[in-house]
Amino acid sequence: MTSVAITVQRGLAGETPRDETFTVPYSEGMSLLDGLIWIRAHADATLAFRYSCINANSCKECVVSIAGKTEYACTARLTSSAVTVRPLGNKNLIRDLVTDTVPPKEKLGAVTG
Amino acid sequence: MGDAVTHLKTDVLVIGAGGAGMYAAIAAAQHGKQVLLLDKSLIGRGGATIMAQMTVAVAMGEQAPDHWTRHHADTLTAGRGLCDEELAALLCREGPDRIREMDEWGVGWTREDGHLKQVMAPGHDGPRCVFVDFLNTGPAVAKTLRAKIAKTDGIRRVSNLSVTSLVTRDGGVAGAVALDLNFGKPVTIAAGAVVLAAGGLTRLYRRNSASVNMGGESYALALDAGASLIDMEFVQFFPIGHLAPRLVGMDPIMWDPFRYKLGGRLLNGNMEEFIHNYGATDSGTYTAPRDVTAYAIVKEAEAGCGSPNGGAWLSFEHIGEATLRDAFGPVIDRLARNGIDLTTHPVEVAPIAHYHMGGIRVNEQMETEIAGLYAAGEAVGGANGANRLSGNAITEALVFGEVAGRNAAQNPNTPGWQAEWAQNAIGDIARLSNSGDNRSGLEFGALYGELQSLMWEKVGLMRNAPGLAEALSRIREMQTIDLPALHPRDTGAFALGVQEWFDLRAALATAEAITVSALNRTESRGAHQREDMTDTDADQAYNQRIKRNGAHIALDTLPVRRADIEIITSGAAE
Repeated sequence: MTSVAITVQRGLAGETPRDETFTVPYSEGMSLLDGLIWIRAHADATLAFRYSCINANSCKECVVSIAGKTEYACTARLTSSAVTVRPLGNKNLIRDLVTDTVPPKEKLGAVTG
Repeated sequence: MGDAVTHLKTDVLVIGAGGAGMYAAIAAAQHGKQVLLLDKSLIGRGGATIMAQMTVAVAMGEQAPDHWTRHHADTLTAGRGLCDEELAALLCREGPDRIREMDEWGVGWTREDGHLKQVMAPGHDGPRCVFVDFLNTGPAVAKTLRAKIAKTDGIRRVSNLSVTSLVTRDGGVAGAVALDLNFGKPVTIAAGAVVLAAGGLTRLYRRNSASVNMGGESYALALDAGASLIDMEFVQFFPIGHLAPRLVGMDPIMWDPFRYKLGGRLLNGNMEEFIHNYGATDSGTYTAPRDVTAYAIVKEAEAGCGSPNGGAWLSFEHIGEATLRDAFGPVIDRLARNGIDLTTHPVEVAPIAHYHMGGIRVNEQMETEIAGLYAAGEAVGGANGANRLSGNAITEALVFGEVAGRNAAQNPNTPGWQAEWAQNAIGDIARLSNSGDNRSGLEFGALYGELQSLMWEKVGLMRNAPGLAEALSRIREMQTIDLPALHPRDTGAFALGVQEWFDLRAALATAEAITVSALNRTESRGAHQREDMTDTDADQAYNQRIKRNGAHIALDTLPVRRADIEIITSGAAE
């Protein structure tokens, strides 16, 4: 079985970010989201990332930075070459690949304040 | 306790912000109530609505004369004798109003010659289905409702807030406890009425077209609160879900309208048509019912006549390139990015878990047996019987959402709250959030994957008594042994492990309800196919009801609710 190396930026807001590399089984046509789901299920059950619709590109929640480009993890295809994934640079970091993409009026703080 | 728990108070709490939940929120607010709309994902982005690419069945009578009673008759036929005929009537009768309201709100239904374009879909007696081109129905509906919510006074909305438990008092609902995913903290909510609109359970199956938050939470919450579920054995397997080559960026159930419109040929591994061998007409008409087509594809593959990946071929090769381009529009380019060229190659398709007919038992006001607790959308059981007519899911979301929101707003309960009512549910969240150790070595991913395989193989499209009994025994073992021993490894902000523990708890409760119901229905009917009991038994034309009874669930049967509705065959919709 061929595999692909996925490097992911880890860490909570306020921590020094660190890169971790995972070796993921590769099959042709798989998306980066497939790879992240595999990591969470099989390699590291603490990796945080957002997604809802699973590869349908409907919910638009899985947006991340791949090799410096803003892309949807669900439609970004993996190849057999290594790839690096980071959280969006222009949003506040929450954890790992999760940034604060919740619209301001949909935040808990907005309804309790 | 140390940290003060965040507490919210509202007249109407709506759980789940897909089509049904958003419509319920709008309706309740329009009736003058304060509404709190929650979603574990982002508002209007999770759930099933946004993934719907296809058609919405509704007797508008714009394309051809039609009447809601004809839609109703088709719904009952598809439902194989088990539809709650009053709920089905509500869906069909009020559908046109919701579609026109959505039109006024700017959804952009596709038009032709100055009228709404309505197309045929399997099981309908005429062109009845409206849509938004191209494959954009769900996203357009979700976007329109999000915009309407933003403009409606009285609706507060919160994303990433996941309800883990309902709070009940004296036979009525008092509110809920939720996990705030962003901070990993509990939140309590006092509410006069609650609408459960987070339906769908197809994530329980290995091969599914679900979003990640369609894991049966609404059914589990309802059961726990003391409400009943009905028809839980009826999970719809969409027959021609995409199988290969790998397709991303599109819902795997996208092929149906194109197949219908263009006449895509369904072929076995020998490149021969085969549906006619299973008692349905398909060649040249493409009208074979979903349950029959799904059964035929599985049986053909079992007999060694499947496509290479174990499904069937779907071929558009006989259609000209220009016709394909005209029908598929920009979808052709999205397919090309997946390496799919329909002019030269067929694709492989196979059944995929798609929709749940069963659900929470409600009356025509969408209220459960628990005062103040309502359901809407796919969370509701009964309207679609043993097999859902194509196009009824979005109609159901909009109609039942409006009815639930309106009635929840008129509910006389006033929110009352005492912190101690929520202590157990808060304790669950605190316990799971407080420690990152995992001495048992159990992992959510492995457990959930095992459940999905178990449901797919033993409680899926083809069922038999030994397999169902084996599944039930393992599900109960996972409930009593594995779940209590599962401990999240991550804690704090966006700790998905805490969320996943609740996901597994809800999935197991829902899986148990499906399996018990399937084991007890000793016949084949609609989406429930028993290999050991292949005939439909006229004596089992009843609904099965599940209720919680202490630590166990109890099943009984109910006569199907009939309605005396005369079919009106002439004239425009009225």
